[in-house]
Amino acid sequence: MNVVVAMKQIPDLQQIRIKNRQPVFDDVPLTFGTIDKNALEAGVMLKENNLAEKVIVLAAGSEDLEDTVKEALAAGGDEAFLIVGDDLNGAESSIIAQVLAAGVKKIDDVGLLLLGEGSGDNYSGQVGSRIAEILGWPQVGYAGAIKLEGNKAIVTRVLEDAEEVVEVALPAVITVVSGINEPRIPSVTQILKAGKKPKEVIEEDELDGINKEALITTVSNLAPESDRKRIVVKNVAELVDKLRSENMI
Amino acid sequence: MAVLIFSDKANLALELLTAAEAIGEKAKILVINDDEQAEILAHAGAEVYKINNNNDVVLADTAQIAAVVKEAACKLGADIVLLSSNRRGKELAGRLAQKMGAGCLTDVSSMEINGGRIECKRNALGGATVATQYINTDKKVIAVAPRSFAPYAGSGGKVEELALDLPAAAVKVLEVKAKETDTVDIAAADKLVAVGQGLNSKEDLPMIEELAKKIGAEVACSKPLATDKKWLPEERVIGLSGKICKPELAILLGISGQVQFTVGIRDAKVIVAINTDENANINAMADYILTADLHEAVKEMNKLLG
Ligand SMILES: Cc1cc2nc3c(=O)[nH]c(=O)nc-3n(C[C@H](O)[C@H](O)[C@H](O)COP(=O)(O)OP(=O)(O)OC[C@H]3O[C@@H](n4cnc5c(N)ncnc54)[C@H](O)[C@@H]3O)c2cc1C
Repeated sequence: MNVVVAMKQIPDLQQIRIKNRQPVFDDVPLTFGTIDKNALEAGVMLKENNLAEKVIVLAAGSEDLEDTVKEALAAGGDEAFLIVGDDLNGAESSIIAQVLAAGVKKIDDVGLLLLGEGSGDNYSGQVGSRIAEILGWPQVGYAGAIKLEGNKAIVTRVLEDAEEVVEVALPAVITVVSGINEPRIPSVTQILKAGKKPKEVIEEDELDGINKEALITTVSNLAPESDRKRIVVKNVAELVDKLRSENMI
Repeated sequence: MAVLIFSDKANLALELLTAAEAIGEKAKILVINDDEQAEILAHAGAEVYKINNNNDVVLADTAQIAAVVKEAACKLGADIVLLSSNRRGKELAGRLAQKMGAGCLTDVSSMEINGGRIECKRNALGGATVATQYINTDKKVIAVAPRSFAPYAGSGGKVEELALDLPAAAVKVLEVKAKETDTVDIAAADKLVAVGQGLNSKEDLPMIEELAKKIGAEVACSKPLATDKKWLPEERVIGLSGKICKPELAILLGISGQVQFTVGIRDAKVIVAINTDENANINAMADYILTADLHEAVKEMNKLLG
C-alpha cells in the first residue's frame, strides 16, 4: 500500500511585504505549508515502520513545483506526482480538490491520503474534506496520532475539548495537526539525492472533467490598519512607569 | 433563502442564530442525538429539528453527518447552511459543500448583506490580511468562527422530530478521552501575559504566572508552547488556529510575531513586546518595546510591582 501526501505550494508568508495595505508577492520564495510538512513526516514514519511501501508527494500548482518539491523529497518522500498549471497557485479549494482527487486516481494502490489540517496561507481546511467526498472515502480530520492495522487506520482526532480514537477502513483521507510530530530536517546528502528521485509531472489539461467555475468572489483582501506607538523603553522601570501612566497596571 | 444551522455545541449554535439574524434570516436548527442541546436552543427561541437515531448516527463520521445535514437542508428547504468553525464544523464544511455543490467559506468572522450578497470576512495569508468574500452559488456553506457573534437570547421556540434516511456509519469510535477543562477563557480576559518560545523552560512558568497575577491578567501563549512543548493547554493559544483576543493590555514575552500569531492579538488596546531581538517582527506592532531577556525582565517587574 502507498501513502500519498498532498502538499500546497505557498508564498513564504514571513517575506510578504504590505504596501498600502496590499500584500506584495514580488520575489517572495515559494515553499510548502508547515502543517503539510507534519503530514509528510507522518507518512514517512508509517513507511519507516514498514506499514507503507512508498510515500508519494502530490501537489498542484505552478511549474515552480518541480523545484519546491525537492524539499519534500529530501525529507523522506519517495516520489512526486505533480500537476502543473499556470492558474493553479492559489486556486480555489473546490478546484484544487478536484485536481488532487484526479491525481490520487492516477496513482497505484493508494491506502491513505494525508494532508495538513489547513494550508499555510488560506487555512480554509476544505480541500481534504472535499477530496474525501469526491473519492467517496471516509475521513478523519485533526489527527494527533495514526496507527495502521491491516486494512484499518486507528486515528486519534484532537478536538478542542476531547480526543477521540476512531477506526476507519482504508482507503481513507486523514488530515493532521501540527502537534502530531516534529518534521525532520533533511541532511545535505538527502538534499543532494532528492533531485534524482522519480517525479511524474502532468499538465492540468490532461485531467478530464475538472469544473473550473469560481464558487467564491473576493471583493478585497487588505491588511488591517495599524497605528502603534512603538515606543522603545530602556528598562523595566521605564516600562512600568509608562503602563502606570496609561492606567494599565 | 432559508437557513439551516448545525453545530455539535449548543453555545455555538446560539451564536449561529445571531449570525443568521445578521443576514436577515430566521434559521432552523438541526440537532443530532442531543436532547439537552435541543432543549437549550428551543428555550432560547429556536425552531429545532431533532433527529434521534442514537447509535445509527456517529458524530465522528464526517461523511455520514454531511449526508444527514444535506438531507435535512433539502427537507427543510434551506439553501444556506451555517456551521460553527470549531474543528468538527470546519471538517464538516468542505465535505458538506462538495456534497451540496456549494461554495464554502470557513473561519468567517463577520457577515453582512451588501447589494443582495452575503459578504463574509475571514483572515487570509495566514492572518496578514482580511479578505472580504462572497459565495457565488445558490447553495452556500458558511462556517462561522466561535465568538464572532453574541449568543442568541429569545424565547418560545419549539422542538420537532425529523425523520431522515441515513447512510450507515463508516467510522467506529473506540474511545473518547475528555481533555482537562481549562476554566480560563483568554478571549474574554481584560489583560494577557503571553509567552512564546523565548521561554527557557517549563520551570520558568511560575514567574510568568506571578506577573499575571500581580496585574490581574491571564496567561496565554504562542502555539508551539502548547502544541509542541505542551507547557500550557491549547486553549491558551493566541492566533489563527487559537483564539482571537482583544484585551486592554497584552504583554508579549519572547514571541517573534509571525502573522499566524499576531492576527490573534492585533486588536488589543496596548501591546508590550519584550524580546531579545530588537528586530523581532513583533516590535512593529507594539506600543512599548523592551529589548531584553524576558526572564530577567519578568523577575524585575515582579519585584517592582511588589
Ligand atoms: C496554519 C498555521 C496556523 C498557525 N496558527 C498559529 C496560532 O494560532 N498561534 C501561534 O502562535 N502560532 C500559530 N502558527 C505558528 C506560527 O507560524 C509560529 O510558528 C509561532 O507563532 C511562533 O511562536 P513563537 O513566536 O513563540 O516562537 P519563535 O518564532 O521561535 O520566536 C521566539 C522569539 O523569542 C525570542 N527570544 C528568544 N529567547 C528570548 C529571551 N530569553 N528573552 C526574550 N525573547 C527571547 C526570539 O528572539 C524570538 O523572537 C500557525 C502556523 C500555521 C502554518
